[in-house]
Amino acid sequence: MKRIAILQFPGTNCDLDTKYAFEKLGCSTTIVWHKESKLPSNIDLVVVPGGFSYGDYLRAGAIAKFSPIMSAVKEFANGGGKVLGICNGFQILTEAGLLPGALKRNIGLHFISRFQTMKVVNNTNAFLQKCDKDEILNIPIAHADGNYYIDKEGFKELEANEQILLRYSDEKGEPVVVNGSITSIAGVCNKNKNVFGLMPHPERAIETILGSTDGIKMLKGLIA
Amino acid sequence: MTAIVNIFLKDGVLDPQGKAIHHALDAMNFEGVEDVRMGKQIVLKLSTDNKEEAQKEVEQMAQEILANTVIEDYTIELL
Repeated sequence: MKRIAILQFPGTNCDLDTKYAFEKLGCSTTIVWHKESKLPSNIDLVVVPGGFSYGDYLRAGAIAKFSPIMSAVKEFANGGGKVLGICNGFQILTEAGLLPGALKRNIGLHFISRFQTMKVVNNTNAFLQKCDKDEILNIPIAHADGNYYIDKEGFKELEANEQILLRYSDEKGEPVVVNGSITSIAGVCNKNKNVFGLMPHPERAIETILGSTDGIKMLKGLIA
Repeated sequence: MTAIVNIFLKDGVLDPQGKAIHHALDAMNFEGVEDVRMGKQIVLKLSTDNKEEAQKEVEQMAQEILANTVIEDYTIELL
């Protein structure tokens, strides 16, 4: 059975959804309070879930990156451990320097909360290995600061290393502007392909009754 | 000593909030506004009176937390 550690900061609000999703997929989960300085032993994956850690004060994710648990997460990631950041978790991982780029305020300034289609750009990584390249997924998004930015050089590197995971698109796979992200990027991974971040919420797309089960194959990739 | 840190998005990084303010000013018929950039100001009261020490310390704060240097530039003013 795969063991998942789910971080909890003051203001995190997707920790229990994430726990539910991974338990549904047969994993054992531990919620880890941000003041802890160690991760549970023998874990297979750390998830930094969504929410509004520290009320998004200063910048989304900016204060959370200094929580005691983040040193342990960095150590885990640098040793090759798999880390997934969803929404605010993505923001925290970019702030912590575990993922390239940064997330700015949405171009239209609105908080966007809805289902959104997106295209799998690269599946040469653990996270999207169960998805087909160019597959269209329908996953909820809910964020105000999802406008992904990276400088030109960084972008070239992302493309060359197949680090772009997902792009917002229409149902045919044509990129669409959702929040102003550079080339409609919805998620990226690090160069070593063990740290993943995305704005959409796969943990909210695991029950037919809630509108989509496309999140299952994403999460399954991480526990394969 | 007081340190004032001004933080703005870098030139070339689109500033959605500045743009929205610009639109609003246009709509209100304020003419002649060529560009609007929105930033934030952080005011720090420091115990030291040593300018050099303060500059060094605040520089480090700005680099490590106050600004995200991937997208933001900052200036430091000491009073």
